Amino acid sequence: MKHVVIIGNGISGITAAREIRKRSDARITVISGESAHFFSRTALMYVYMGHMRYQDIKPYADDFWAKNRIELKRAWVKSVDTAAKRVAFEDGGTMAYDALLIATGSRTNKFGWPGQDLPGVQGLYSLQDLESMERDTKGIGRAVIVGGGLIGVEMAEMLLSRRIGVTFLVREDLFWGGVLPQQEAKLIGRHIAEHGVDLRFNTELDSILPGADGRVRSVVTKSGEEIVCQFVGITTGVSPNIAFLKDSGIACDRGVLVSEYLETSVPVVYAAGDCAQFRKHPDPERRSVEQVWYTGRMMGATVARTITDERTAYAPGPWFNSAKFFDIEYQTYGWVRNRLMPGQAEYYWEHPDGRLALHLVWNEEDRRFIGVNAFGMRLRHEVFDRWLREDVSVDHLVEHLREANFDPEFFAQHVKAIAISFKRNSAMHA
Amino acid sequence: MSHKDQSISIAAAHSGVLDGQQRLALALTAFGVLGLFVTIPMESIPGRIPWLLACLLLMSVGAAIYMRRSYLSRPAGIRNDGVWHSRLSARGAAAWVLAIVLTGFYVLLYFFPAQLGLGMDGEANRGIVALFDPLSRVLSGNAASQWFVYGALYTFAILAMGLKFILKHRHSRYQIIRTCSVMFFQLGFAFLIPELLQRLNYPYHNFANMWPLNYYFFDEWSVRGLLNSGGFGLFILFSGVAMIFLVSPLLTYFFGKRWFCSWVCGCGGLAETAGDPFRQLSDKSLRAWKVERWLIHSVLVFAIVMTAAVVWSYIGDGSGFFVTRGMLTGLLALVLGGLAVVALVRPGMLKELQPAVRWGLVGVLGTLVLVAVTAWIGGRSQLFFMEAYPLREWYGFLIGATFSGVIGVGFYPLMGSRVWCRFGCPMAAILGLQQRFFSRFRITTNGGQCISCGNCSTYCEMGIDVRSYAQRGENIVRASCVGCGLCASVCPRGVLKLENGKPSARLNNAPLSIGPTGVKLEL
Ligand SMILES: Cc1cc2nc3c(=O)[nH]c(=O)nc-3n(C[C@H](O)[C@H](O)[C@H](O)COP(=O)(O)OP(=O)(O)OC[C@H]3O[C@@H](n4cnc5c(N)ncnc54)[C@H](O)[C@@H]3O)c2cc1C
Ligand code: SF4
Ligand code: SF4
Repeated sequence: MKHVVIIGNGISGITAAREIRKRSDARITVISGESAHFFSRTALMYVYMGHMRYQDIKPYADDFWAKNRIELKRAWVKSVDTAAKRVAFEDGGTMAYDALLIATGSRTNKFGWPGQDLPGVQGLYSLQDLESMERDTKGIGRAVIVGGGLIGVEMAEMLLSRRIGVTFLVREDLFWGGVLPQQEAKLIGRHIAEHGVDLRFNTELDSILPGADGRVRSVVTKSGEEIVCQFVGITTGVSPNIAFLKDSGIACDRGVLVSEYLETSVPVVYAAGDCAQFRKHPDPERRSVEQVWYTGRMMGATVARTITDERTAYAPGPWFNSAKFFDIEYQTYGWVRNRLMPGQAEYYWEHPDGRLALHLVWNEEDRRFIGVNAFGMRLRHEVFDRWLREDVSVDHLVEHLREANFDPEFFAQHVKAIAISFKRNSAMHA
Repeated sequence: MSHKDQSISIAAAHSGVLDGQQRLALALTAFGVLGLFVTIPMESIPGRIPWLLACLLLMSVGAAIYMRRSYLSRPAGIRNDGVWHSRLSARGAAAWVLAIVLTGFYVLLYFFPAQLGLGMDGEANRGIVALFDPLSRVLSGNAASQWFVYGALYTFAILAMGLKFILKHRHSRYQIIRTCSVMFFQLGFAFLIPELLQRLNYPYHNFANMWPLNYYFFDEWSVRGLLNSGGFGLFILFSGVAMIFLVSPLLTYFFGKRWFCSWVCGCGGLAETAGDPFRQLSDKSLRAWKVERWLIHSVLVFAIVMTAAVVWSYIGDGSGFFVTRGMLTGLLALVLGGLAVVALVRPGMLKELQPAVRWGLVGVLGTLVLVAVTAWIGGRSQLFFMEAYPLREWYGFLIGATFSGVIGVGFYPLMGSRVWCRFGCPMAAILGLQQRFFSRFRITTNGGQCISCGNCSTYCEMGIDVRSYAQRGENIVRASCVGCGLCASVCPRGVLKLENGKPSARLNNAPLSIGPTGVKLEL
């Protein structure tokens, strides 16, 4: 029987394992050093905040795996020998494979700051990170978070839930300005400050200083200011977790290089999820490394087909994503870049209370709709997916916006206000 | 379980998340409650009215300070911080103490009311019952009973905790309106109107409560009472019957069972308000789901049998009831015939049924047939050769008292807030069957946005594993869903929406495929 070995029990590896099981009778082994069972990484924050327990963020019951004949192995892989088709474990021992899927996810970026490895300084990615955060934030008064992205906001929310003061250092002059247009970045910045976060723009970390006990005592910024704190969260992004592949002969750049079929440079070795890097992405609009939940799920499902002999290319369809910044939900469909591209037009609507916003982008020439950002309102994926596939005009979209409303019943409706102000706005431009 | 997985358990480390103000507020509330209950052993209470008012005031002020501090000091949004760290909401020591106290209170209330101070055989009330005499006289003109005390405290709990719920969920108009509805029905329909009816010499009646939840509606004394109170009594009787056979199925068709379970019902009202801190405790395992389906449908069968038996035993014996045994049997035949027609017209519906539900249905129908058959053969008060009234008493004791009260509320801190609604309520069972097969109600999922975080499942008080549907992009059509909307509220990615739509589009099994063409949505 063919033995498929999957390194990594994240969403990519697990989706692949489930799909392979649905499609074939192969022996399947999933290896992970992090946890015995698959859990939802995206929900780590809720465990810390006490909304859920660890067992609540496991999407499948523990007996699911045995029932579906998916073997789980708890170990760290040290190296891969592609000639002998074997993986070697850190605690000794090896395992042979007939097909290998690398789905090892990401690791926190660190940029060589002095003091970055002190106790009390960490990123947030793994279960082990959550444990150390739990341990190192007990009873402390202030924390500093470095880097303004999604995980940074989550960390700030986590710390505040334990009544720990947060100073948030952002290098740019806007929050998540590399992704969000400035209107949205300002809206979110205001909301973060509303929660009592000491948000500092244009501030860069220089070094982290230890105290007499060897733990972090303070951080020093590039401008020389010293901020006293007992914990430092590093949230300056993540990069593919592939160090263990160094001598494997599998071609890597930032991530494991893959074709659109998720095949690596070595036969019967595949990669999917956060750790994979497309040589040439099938969708040129997208980045070569995609580090989000649903793309991991889709890559897992796609590679499962290829592994079970139905060679299938990755074709993710229109982009979408969502997040939550404290109390404000964010959804995006299509492409809204942080800066308007040449030939594009845009319309931004914001509710007077400053917590709701809609940002539309379209092609100036033929008015073809390109993307939307929504804040504080829920939009129906199905409808936007259709509109993006059918290349509808922005005018059609505004007229039919009600169809895409996904807010709960009785919620204030803004569709009309948006339509009226959109028309006035486009009349001005016409 | 590996060693690492267990060490992540962080419960109890942060049980002290309350600050000074919150503690003070809770202490005030506790003093108010204590003030009420210390009167239990007292023969006479000095200054009953000021005493009661003082207790209520202490409770209200304490609650108000607590709510202000906990919710109004921060921006509106979901706040479930520390729920699994607190000893009270995570089945810790405090939860056990509370469960024991509540259960004890229910045992006294149902089985030993004299211990609370109810005057037996015409004696004056003592203790806490006497404390509520003045209020009862104002409303109904009578001295208080233990049920009046209970009703007053129950209503107070729904109002105070309802306000807390509104502040906690003030970002959601759905939750605000729904909670106002629950508070309104409790205060008006369940508490004030029945009391005032008595003052006007009409029988006690809660219009929002219908058979089989109020299982004595068809008892001889109840029906006679209504028949004897003239036109208004008849109105109650007919509106009650119309509610059961007409209004409730129609409303359930249009809005799902939420119109009752989380907008109107008093049991649901307490669960949604006072029970809110415990909703995450409901068991989500497959095993619990199986137990639930067997139990709740068995209770429904039991309720129908019991009622049929009781009704059978007193009608048609020439004592002046309009309905006769022949008519009742005719009605049964009509219902059965109707169901047979439905089954013939839409045979696919039966195949859709889960085995437990199918057997539950077979059970109900089979019992009805048995009732009709044995009734023709059997004597006046016999049904299956059992006495009807003892059956009724057993039902009242087991289901009405023990299940809905002692376990249903007493176990909130241990098993979650909707134990009764989920495992025991015959009304929920009927509405659930309607909701599962005929309703326009469903919870839709938002394409591929689910991140499998599990908030929805954790906070579903009915123990539904919402996530397992959401991550596949399936609509959620479950008999037990009471439409509280909390899953949609707590979802951080805006994935869930309670909707009433076309009946044909309810079951979109696996519309979300994550195959070669990306997230494909069936339209
Ligand atoms: C805190 C946080 C919040 C997030 N929130 C969102 C969100 O809201 N939405 C969203 O779209 N995305 C979010 N993401 C990103 C998303 O979680 C990732 O894109 C996704 O989990 C990647 O899945 P994966 O299967 O590729 O890898 P991972 O989930 O990282 O899984 C890789 C697994 O492989 C194991 N592993 C690695 N190396 C080895 C080795 N040598 N031997 C054995 N095992 C190994 C790891 O321990 C891990 O268990 C978030 C990420 C984090 C950290
Ligand atoms: S599924 Fe959602 S709406 Fe239904 S009972 Fe559970 S939490 Fe409430
Ligand atoms: S709460 Fe929302 S995102 Fe989380 S599992 Fe449920 S539906 Fe998915």
